[in-house]
Amino acid sequence: MSKLKRSPWIIHYDGSSCNGCDIEVLASLTPLYDAERFGVINTGNPKHADIFLVTGGINAQNESVVRQIYEQMPKPKVVVAVGICAYNGGIFKDCYNILGGVDKVIPVDIYVPGCAARPQAIIDGIIQATELLEQKQMEYERTEKHQKKGSDNT
Amino acid sequence: MTITMTNVIVALCYLIFAPLVGGLLAGLDRKVSARMQGRRGPSIWQPFYDVRKLFNKQAIKINDVQDFLVICFLFFIIFTGLIFFVGGDLLLTFFALTLAGIFLVMAAGSANSPYSMMGAQREIMQMMTYEPMVLIPAVGFYMVTGSFYVSDIISSPISCIAFLPGIFFGFLYILTIKFRKSPFDLSTSHHAHQEMVKGISTEMSGNILGFYEIAHWYENVFLLGVVGLFIVNSHWLSYVVAVVVCILTYLFETLIDNSFPRVKWQHMFGWTWAVTLIFGISNLLILFFIH
Amino acid sequence: MGMIAFLILFPFLGAGIVALMRKPGPVRKYTIFAFCAAICVAVIYFSIKVLSGGETLYYLEHTHTIDMIMLVVDALLCLLLVYLAVRYRKYYIILLIVPQAALIIWLELTGRAAIPGYHIMVDRLSIIMCLIIGIVGCLICMYAVMYMKDYHNHHKECKDRRAFFFAMLFVFLGAMFGLVLSSNLIWIYFFWEITSICSFLLIGYSKTKEAIHNCFRALWMNLLGGLAFAVGIAYTVIVLESVQLQDLVSLMTTSGIGLIPITLLAFAALTKSAQLPFSQWLLGAMVAPTPTSALLHSATMVKAGVYLLLRLAPAMAGTVTGSMVVLVGGFTFLATSMLAISQSDGKKVLAYSTISNLGLITACAGVGLYEAVWAAIFLMIFHAVSKSMLFLSVGAVENNLGSRNIEDMHGLIVRLPGLAFIMIIGIAGMFLAPFGMLISKWAALRAFVDSSSIFMVIFLVFGSATTLFYWAKWLTSLISVLHSSSRLPGTTKGSEWFSLVCHAVVMIALCLSFPLVSSYLVEPYLSSTYHMELPAIISNGNAFIMMVMLVAIVIVPVALRLLAFRKHSKQVSTYMGGANIGDDRNFTDSFGGEKPMYLANWYMEDYFGEKKLLRPSILIAVVLLAVFMIIAIGGAL
Repeated sequence: MSKLKRSPWIIHYDGSSCNGCDIEVLASLTPLYDAERFGVINTGNPKHADIFLVTGGINAQNESVVRQIYEQMPKPKVVVAVGICAYNGGIFKDCYNILGGVDKVIPVDIYVPGCAARPQAIIDGIIQATELLEQKQMEYERTEKHQKKGSDNT
Repeated sequence: MTITMTNVIVALCYLIFAPLVGGLLAGLDRKVSARMQGRRGPSIWQPFYDVRKLFNKQAIKINDVQDFLVICFLFFIIFTGLIFFVGGDLLLTFFALTLAGIFLVMAAGSANSPYSMMGAQREIMQMMTYEPMVLIPAVGFYMVTGSFYVSDIISSPISCIAFLPGIFFGFLYILTIKFRKSPFDLSTSHHAHQEMVKGISTEMSGNILGFYEIAHWYENVFLLGVVGLFIVNSHWLSYVVAVVVCILTYLFETLIDNSFPRVKWQHMFGWTWAVTLIFGISNLLILFFIH
Repeated sequence: MGMIAFLILFPFLGAGIVALMRKPGPVRKYTIFAFCAAICVAVIYFSIKVLSGGETLYYLEHTHTIDMIMLVVDALLCLLLVYLAVRYRKYYIILLIVPQAALIIWLELTGRAAIPGYHIMVDRLSIIMCLIIGIVGCLICMYAVMYMKDYHNHHKECKDRRAFFFAMLFVFLGAMFGLVLSSNLIWIYFFWEITSICSFLLIGYSKTKEAIHNCFRALWMNLLGGLAFAVGIAYTVIVLESVQLQDLVSLMTTSGIGLIPITLLAFAALTKSAQLPFSQWLLGAMVAPTPTSALLHSATMVKAGVYLLLRLAPAMAGTVTGSMVVLVGGFTFLATSMLAISQSDGKKVLAYSTISNLGLITACAGVGLYEAVWAAIFLMIFHAVSKSMLFLSVGAVENNLGSRNIEDMHGLIVRLPGLAFIMIIGIAGMFLAPFGMLISKWAALRAFVDSSSIFMVIFLVFGSATTLFYWAKWLTSLISVLHSSSRLPGTTKGSEWFSLVCHAVVMIALCLSFPLVSSYLVEPYLSSTYHMELPAIISNGNAFIMMVMLVAIVIVPVALRLLAFRKHSKQVSTYMGGANIGDDRNFTDSFGGEKPMYLANWYMEDYFGEKKLLRPSILIAVVLLAVFMIIAIGGAL
């Protein structure tokens, strides 16, 4: 039985971008696309979230913020980079303050293409993330057990 | 009040089925909301999926105090319902509910996080706002039936709502606050990107958040129980009517939730106390004059 | 009889001895401790002895010598006040003190007051009062010894008059014992005046401009009450030809005469228990060192007022005077609990909460039904312990932090865990379910419904809501866990700790044993006063549920700790939009700089501020009081 798959709660962060993807992410949560039928909730809170949806590139100022949000999420967690900017900085790539894509700071699991990414693509990304979440859950449980054994022995 | 076999059975039923019913109601709420907005919405079992997920997530904590305060909140919410459903004293029930509420506020406050603290302060504000209208029904029931005991109230020959229509309306009004529905969902919210993130539950995660959700289910069942108490009388048919009224009440709250944007606390406070005075108190006054 | 004389006179002896020990040092310290311990032991022994006897005791029929001594003391006190009034140019005091002293002296000298009867009476209500005064009062005195040392370290500008201070505390206790054990009105009046003057001297202890202003305010308000008291006595003596409080009450309940003196006495009691419009004196009393506030608010002074009302309660039931007391009390309960919301000064919140709770006690006494009186007695007991505990812990926190503002107590659970726990118990005791005060509020609500006092039901439901607000926010502040803040060294001394812990133990013991207190002390008193068998007020089933709750509050945390619940969880920082720096206490602001986070409480000045509510409340209370006094007295004439 799937434990995490049916309830993907997301947190959405918009980095250095034109806000196009940002708007599309919110659009995909509207009644028209109805992401909630997959159990998606936009929590806006890393403590509650399973999926970290990042749009836009990383710059000097938001680097620590993205890292902190990622660290505050409980395991298992999946990072989805939405749009070209989140992949490598996109159109802003050569700006003085851009460090690059999200993977410069935190490990990214799924890239959603597009400029701006379409809601369908974003929802597809989230669905793929849920599959990955399930996989990560198993890994997480294994390491947990392992660690517990380890701590019992010592 | 003596403890009988039926009491024990009712208590056990409550302990086992209340979260089930509460969870289903939460699922129903989401489904109906979705349909009101013209979309398919999640499965009716969605709240259970959510909670199961929460129990499988990594446990992270803010400090050592919050966990146990949330557990105390859950414990006393269950306790509140227990006193109510075995036919205990209504006032004591509401006092236990307040105690549970204070534990929740303390849990949120203990995190010392801006959003959580904001939620806590607003929650206290909300408690102050609805407290009069929670006590007034107890007084009303006492005046009609001569007893604070739920077991006595349900065996009255005529449904209490016949004497307490104003109080019933007032209670419905504060249910919006208690169910955490818009326009009065000031201390926490279902929707992201708001000024207070998740308010009171911001710093809870994993199984602690799961316990919080379950407590909320228990609480909702208890509150609907109070709604039912207005309807139930010594006739068996009244129980059926009470269940129907409870479901209608819940759907009504969903409708309200979907029809109004959140208001400022000043409005919530002012309107709620006005409703309390106009409907609750005047209903009591009429009862005083009848007696 | 020996024990009673001991209880009344021994504190006075203590006062005398301590007053002579002008030099601070271990000798004085241990003398005070010894006196406190002796009083405590004596009062407990006395109570057990009387309770095992079971009867109401009457003593002292012929007391001419004592009366003459009292007369001389009365005259001396009057002269003292006249002197002080002239010295500080508060001439209106003379107008208040001279007539009442003259009236009483005239009554005594013309022999009108020499009506045969007992002067001392001991019943269960006196015992409850004695226990409160003896135990709580002595704990406060013990605390005061170490506290005052710190106080003078912090307040160098204030002249060290500690010997006088401690002496006054003992005089206060002695006077209170006298007040609750007397049944002769003139005797009660005598001790009543001593407590007024004591509180006046204690409030003015620091002799700052503010202190002097506040102490004279306290004095004139209490003297006004005293004047009403004296006139009431004169009326009783001349018209009703009696001088016993009990006679007055039974006369009223049996034949319905004597409403005028009862109204006057009730008025005196309202001033003493700081009901609106006379609340300002108790708020002003905050300028004094904390033990003074603790003593005034919990064990003595204001309790004298409600004690008198409780004695009068059977006579007031259903009369105009009763309605007056109910309305003034109920209104005070609601108005001051709203005012408390807007206060950030810890002591001021406590002061408003005292007035508010006294309002509820007063209202219960005014209703006069046995359930209401039951609730009032319990409110009084629990209030004495919780409030004293809270004042003492706020005082201790003030000596540690240099502030008594609630905002500064944020995160106290980490910085001063011991004091924070004591405070949490105290606050929980003031408004939460399985603890004391709520039991009484519960009974009070029933009594109000039973007596059809619709206004009181309104006051109570709204007042409970506002009460909840100001306590809950304080509680939330205390329990906030501030990371990377360390424990403060803590300057709280041994005797202070002893006192605080004793309070906490007494509090919890009371919560656990309230059914016993009810069935051995309160119910017998009520059934003898109301001459009937009383049904149980809190049923056994409910008492049992309360016990379960109380035990659960203790057991759940311990069980979680033992089960190592989530012990190994990973600790993360709080959520601040991802902008925290390092820990939970700083964040990056919009200029990229580091900014400390500050979380404040709600005070809602626009709704409940003193500017908004205080004047109208006083005005309403004045009108209420005036109208009802006129109706009561005019109607009886």
